[in-house]
Amino acid sequence: MAISRRKFLKITSGAIGGGVAAEIGILNVDTAAAAAKAGKAPIKSGRQVASICPYCAVGCGQIVTVSDAGEIVDIQGNPDSPINQGTLCPKGAATYQLVKNEQRWSTVKYRAPGSDRWEERPLEWAMSRIAELTKKTRDANFNEFQDLPDGKGGTVRKRVMNTYAIASLGGATMDNEWNYLHQKLMHALGVVYLENQARI
Amino acid sequence: MGSNMAECHPVAFRWPLKARTDHDAVLMHVDPRFTRTSAACNLHVPIRAGSDIAFLGALIKFVINSKRWNEDPFFREYVVNYTNAATLVNPEFRDTEELDGVFSGLAPDGKSYANATWSYQRNQAPPKAKGGVGPFSDLLLQQVPGRPKTDPTLQDPNCVLQIVRKHYARYTPDLVEKVCGCSAEQFLKVAQTMLDNSGRDKTANITYAVGWTQHTVGVQIIRAAAMLQALLGNIGRPGGGVLALRGHATIQGSTDIATLYHSLPAYLNMPDGRKKHDSLKEFILTEAGPLATSYWGNYPKFAVSYLKAQFGAAATAENDYGYDYHPKITGDHSHMPMMLDMAAGKIKGFFVMGQNPAVGGQNARLQRKALAKLDWMVVRDYFETETAAFWRNSPEVLSGELKTADIKTEVFFLPAAAVAEMEGSFTNTQRLLQQHDKAADPPGDARSDSWFTYQLGKRLQKMYADSASNLDWGIKNLAWDYEPEAKEVAPWRIKDEPSAYKVLKEINGVTVADQKPLATFANLKEDGSTACGAWIYTGVIPEDGKNNAARRKPDQWISPNWGFAWPANRHIMYNRASADSQGKPWSEAKKLVFWDPDADSGTKDPAGNTVRGKWVAPSGEGIDFQPTKAPTMVGKDAALGFDWLSGNDAFIMRADGKAWLFAPAGLVDGPLPTHYEPYESPVANRVYRQQSNPVAKVWRTEGNVYHGVADPKYPIVVSTYRVTEHHLSGTMSRWLPWLAELMPELFCEVSPELAAEKGIRNAGYVTIVTARGEIEARALVTRRIKPFVIDGKKVHEIGLPWHWGWQGNAKGDVANDLSAMVGDPNVSIHEGKVFTCDIRAGRKGGRS
Repeated sequence: MAISRRKFLKITSGAIGGGVAAEIGILNVDTAAAAAKAGKAPIKSGRQVASICPYCAVGCGQIVTVSDAGEIVDIQGNPDSPINQGTLCPKGAATYQLVKNEQRWSTVKYRAPGSDRWEERPLEWAMSRIAELTKKTRDANFNEFQDLPDGKGGTVRKRVMNTYAIASLGGATMDNEWNYLHQKLMHALGVVYLENQARI
Repeated sequence: MGSNMAECHPVAFRWPLKARTDHDAVLMHVDPRFTRTSAACNLHVPIRAGSDIAFLGALIKFVINSKRWNEDPFFREYVVNYTNAATLVNPEFRDTEELDGVFSGLAPDGKSYANATWSYQRNQAPPKAKGGVGPFSDLLLQQVPGRPKTDPTLQDPNCVLQIVRKHYARYTPDLVEKVCGCSAEQFLKVAQTMLDNSGRDKTANITYAVGWTQHTVGVQIIRAAAMLQALLGNIGRPGGGVLALRGHATIQGSTDIATLYHSLPAYLNMPDGRKKHDSLKEFILTEAGPLATSYWGNYPKFAVSYLKAQFGAAATAENDYGYDYHPKITGDHSHMPMMLDMAAGKIKGFFVMGQNPAVGGQNARLQRKALAKLDWMVVRDYFETETAAFWRNSPEVLSGELKTADIKTEVFFLPAAAVAEMEGSFTNTQRLLQQHDKAADPPGDARSDSWFTYQLGKRLQKMYADSASNLDWGIKNLAWDYEPEAKEVAPWRIKDEPSAYKVLKEINGVTVADQKPLATFANLKEDGSTACGAWIYTGVIPEDGKNNAARRKPDQWISPNWGFAWPANRHIMYNRASADSQGKPWSEAKKLVFWDPDADSGTKDPAGNTVRGKWVAPSGEGIDFQPTKAPTMVGKDAALGFDWLSGNDAFIMRADGKAWLFAPAGLVDGPLPTHYEPYESPVANRVYRQQSNPVAKVWRTEGNVYHGVADPKYPIVVSTYRVTEHHLSGTMSRWLPWLAELMPELFCEVSPELAAEKGIRNAGYVTIVTARGEIEARALVTRRIKPFVIDGKKVHEIGLPWHWGWQGNAKGDVANDLSAMVGDPNVSIHEGKVFTCDIRAGRKGGRS
């Protein structure tokens, strides 16, 4: 699907006023006037929450502004941060659209084997099904011992306590806490195909 | 080098720019392409992709042969005290100069090295020390080797400096011209500038990114830079170092607390069925034995505390703290072999969380086809990524190569919470942990990544609760309680998110008896009385209720009260080297950590008098050294860790306390960086008969075909890279209208010379072809790319950003369909930064 300019405006409409970038970049406003305004533009009012940019590893500080209704209304650079002193790059400045985006999925989708479509399913159902598949796959493919090369041309029987039937590939914009929990659970299950973007 | 910092880390690039504008710093960019970074530097030197070691090796030769380096006492004092330049190497060692491009120890099949001849010459082992330190440490003490032999005059032909000198003897400016394709003058300008800006009063920094890692010699390129910086006295000092610019918010954290197959958290190795790891004792002796005279002498504490964190009360001395129930690896289970094994049908279930291999993986076509072999796959993300959608609209499905009805993979898409919607911490590229707070609940059924793993673990633990089988001991006894306190979830709709604080506290480590956080890793024990997820993070939660990652007090320099830099809030590693061998600052301008002989050490001698002397850092910087060890103190021979290291052994994680110009261990492809051609190259190796890294990881399987050397079908070099408006495979950018509009379409940078040869029009379509795949892109004909003349032969390069796929708002072909799976032998990272291809005008399938 090609995105027309009209579509861009539509997608963006939820964010009007949500950031200076929206005003300058998308809404055919007079850029000089917008820039002048940007210099003095107050932060969107609301509760301010300290955050960190989710993109690269520079670790720019961000401030997330939350309305009285509890909605995120703006994400901007944190001027206190000694790393970015309030500045953000194009990606960091667009973080708001990562949160508020009409293409973002907020329900569980399921594709049955061989099916040609997604179906919506309850989160609880999916978690139970995934746990069941994990256990079934692990139990059917668990190795207590394995014959491995002994370095002298023969083999030796070694205790390995692993499974090669389950793999995990994670991104690297996910919390330290998730990394810890995930390695812990995967190791407890015997999963050794455990990888992350950090390799790449 | 190896980085386009202005494009990929623009906010960080403000700082070198500020150094240039405010302090007259000289910025130099050595890179195949003229980029936004080049435009902001004093100097851009183009070199052919994959020729970095030739360039760096020549810099090393230039420095050690220069008059200033040989006459300025600064360099001599730094190099003799802080590097292994003076250490004597096994006389059996044979260099690439003697064996035409390989080192001694290469196996008869040429695919692996035995490193016995790369070892140090050593004095006799010391008399066995008395035990009483701890059950595992006492055993380590029994195998402490003799100290390495040295020649502080640096004249012995077997000393490291002489070996380095010989190794790079032929890396001349003339050779750089022939191999790298820049002029000798350009090279000499860089070399002289590096030398002029290093020394007592000045430091120089080298910054790199994946432009260096994504090679079959990636580790060795970075080592060459580290060697150069060690020779120039630029490590452990402010403004110096080798800075890795990493690409993801906590890619450092996911390396530190590894979700990587080969590593346990905090750089402990994963138990391995191929090694002598049959019991915890053997694991510790095998892994820690060679390192025990460094701070790694504490390995037993780290390993036992990790197992205590893993299995809690079930981990006891009697059951080796559950070691027997911990899995072992048996080979290379990294990303590329994982996908190859998936393609071969060996892997049945797949968790893909925040990752998009259908676009981001090397030889992406092969990776997508592998997904069709799975029984089930769980994708967690914000949007319907290409990986999530492979079964319905991938190029293979649209072409009829795969049929949706035949794809039996059961696919789950679970929506993920955004960073602003959860609490947690990231570790940035400078090892700085920073907390992000939760601002709002995620929408609908979206949940944090931690929620998913925690809730899955809870369900599985319940399912295995009644199992009496030893095979299930690990999951059954997993310490898995991170239930949030009521006040943590009170403001939120979602009440069952695990407590990020409790997780970080466990990572930090606690005393088992009272569950109080450990303030420092010096308090870890090997008797099971401490539990610690990742020892390098100890100190992030020094006491209950205090989270140093959430500190937000900046200052004008180090900002020690902003976040928490592991280890122990040390921002510059090995910063003992910021003072001279006597502990004095090298200069006022570069003062950081130094020995204050009058300061109260905080201890008393047996007579009750105050012992004076300690290391200090007025900036608040953490001191990366034993706090009260005098600079002239000599370490004990029969000892572990800090007790073995001397007062000038600044490099405390190395078994000899020195920066390694020559690596006697730790690398599988040689002790010294050596110029090899990329695995796919348009030219023969001009330096040695050995063409490419002899031990590179190669997977010759169906669908992963390689091009030959100077392959006439694929004569053009291609580099893949990133643009500032997109992030990786595009999941976090192509769906964002602002970013999609800024950078809507895949393009290919082509030089005017190549465009003329091939009839390519600016903005017209081109098709790029390799033995793996074929893609189309818009041509960007630009003088930013220039052909190189390599040893008399014209070599064209093209540049290809790789962010696009068929989903999202900004669509385009998948650049990674072109690349092959081939890897660095040390770390299994691919060679996406340089491979060969052909290019023609027009669209795929002959359309114009």
